[in-house]
Amino acid sequence: MKLSRSAKTILGVITGLILLFIYLPLLLVVVNSFNADRTFGWPPRSFTLEWWGRAVASEGVRDALATSVQVAVISTIISLILGTLLALALQRYSFFGRDVINLLVILPIALPGIVTGIALNNLFTTVLGVPLSLWTVIVAHATFCMVTVFNNAIARLRRVNGSLEEASADLGAGVFTTFVLVTLPQLRSALLAGGLLAFALSFDEIIVTTFTIGAGQQTLPVWILSNLFRPNQAPVVNVVAVILIVVSIVPIWLAQRLSSDSVAGTGAPGIGRGKIKKAKVSSAP
Amino acid sequence: MTLETEPRPAPAPARPGNRRVSAALHRSPRLRLAGLLTAPAAWLILVYIAALAALLITALWTVDTFTGKVSTTWTFDNILTVTTDPVYQAITLRTLRIAVVVTLIDMVIALPIAFFIAKVADKRWEKLLIVAVLMPLWASYLVKAYAWRNVLAEGGPLEWLGAPVGLNSPGYSETAVVLTLAYIWLPYMILPLHAGFERVPDSLIEASGDLGAKPLATLRLVVLPILVPSIIAGTIFTFSLSLGDYITAQIVGGTTQMLGTVVYANVGAANNLPLAAAVALIPIAIIMIYLFVVRRTGALNNL
Repeated sequence: MKLSRSAKTILGVITGLILLFIYLPLLLVVVNSFNADRTFGWPPRSFTLEWWGRAVASEGVRDALATSVQVAVISTIISLILGTLLALALQRYSFFGRDVINLLVILPIALPGIVTGIALNNLFTTVLGVPLSLWTVIVAHATFCMVTVFNNAIARLRRVNGSLEEASADLGAGVFTTFVLVTLPQLRSALLAGGLLAFALSFDEIIVTTFTIGAGQQTLPVWILSNLFRPNQAPVVNVVAVILIVVSIVPIWLAQRLSSDSVAGTGAPGIGRGKIKKAKVSSAP
Repeated sequence: MTLETEPRPAPAPARPGNRRVSAALHRSPRLRLAGLLTAPAAWLILVYIAALAALLITALWTVDTFTGKVSTTWTFDNILTVTTDPVYQAITLRTLRIAVVVTLIDMVIALPIAFFIAKVADKRWEKLLIVAVLMPLWASYLVKAYAWRNVLAEGGPLEWLGAPVGLNSPGYSETAVVLTLAYIWLPYMILPLHAGFERVPDSLIEASGDLGAKPLATLRLVVLPILVPSIIAGTIFTFSLSLGDYITAQIVGGTTQMLGTVVYANVGAANNLPLAAAVALIPIAIIMIYLFVVRRTGALNNL
């Protein structure tokens, strides 16, 4: 479109302002984690590392961090297995009910978290009579993390056709050998990206977690939420918030670099485009 | 069940232990499909679909007032309560209002930035800007709400910024909830709009210009009609995500109650799961109605 120079400049300035609007609040949390004033008076008068020291020393924070990592790792492993199987089934075969399954896998993140949360809480406590624990959190997380692995794997499978697998079979490799030596190497970076996203998604999830976690157990987000309204904990909460930002953004950044396939999983379109990389195929030993 | 892949005869010399299984799988694509599909489909159906179905059923049950346990007596009381009680009506309306305002704000903010990224910025910048929009999308929802608690705090940056021009921070209120939710869901609006702008062919825009349309007329008459499905796709995200919120309301809302607040209170302290389930059906119903209304626009293919 032939926009005048000034129109372009105005649009550029608006874009810059919106990006500032997106980043400033997050930056504020980072700055405040060094703010010496415990009520975060603005602008900060002096800076300190005391809150970081206290957060590192806090047993509650360390326990919650360990719990979060444990939950995220196990749900990521489960969702890696289930997501990969599902992507292979849906991409390589056509069968009755395929579209339904396709919709099903997106549903846990398409519906508001509170619906997923209360539905699972109700399933565990009323229907099954299972006491809430870290395992119920893991089951819940794996259910919605599956979609990020699935999205990445299926995007990759769409690009690499099955001819290599057929060649492998024709050359005498069994189904499992073909999977390990041919299919898996083609999927590797997509699975790594999907797994990282699943990890990040699980690590900072709060809504579904509050509905499925057992009494007395805390992931890092749950720890933040329960300490948020205690004034004397405020500086430490800020530090934990910064940790949460870093731990959730770094895997995303890595995933983005690993695959230009899709950082979706939100189902949001427009993310998956980008230059198409040929999958690397390592030669069988 | 129809299958695309035909079995083809080939020897399968694998390790002796796996050999028989491998050969059987090789001969039958149906068996292979079953092997792939069983675990994930069972998980989704047994865990998630069962949970949603159970939620619907639980809304029709009641709680024994003596034992505090869910009793499986069938009743429409919960549904009637949440639809006719003025308290729940007020909360539903407030939640709807918040979701609509958040959606409108995000639309207004997202249009120029999506347009700039897709049509004005050069390609090198485009990729960078997309990443810049994407990164905070994945930052924790909780941390973003918490960040706004800091922004809006008494003596916080917003007050400091507004003081010279005589503006006050809205404090922790419904306005704060709207601002924070608009902030949190903004990327969900930018991304579909960006994809929508990308789909508008440059040649069409140039043709419109060549035929004498001013940029604004081109935007209104050429670009906007193509963009409608993407806009609706974006509104589905911002609208439905706002409808189900309760953490933001808790963190920056002061006393503001949303539907999610009621659900959470009834699962926890009030211990009335059937009532909570009935309340949770309200956002589901509203979203279903919204999806039904917009299905003709093709927005659902843009999700």
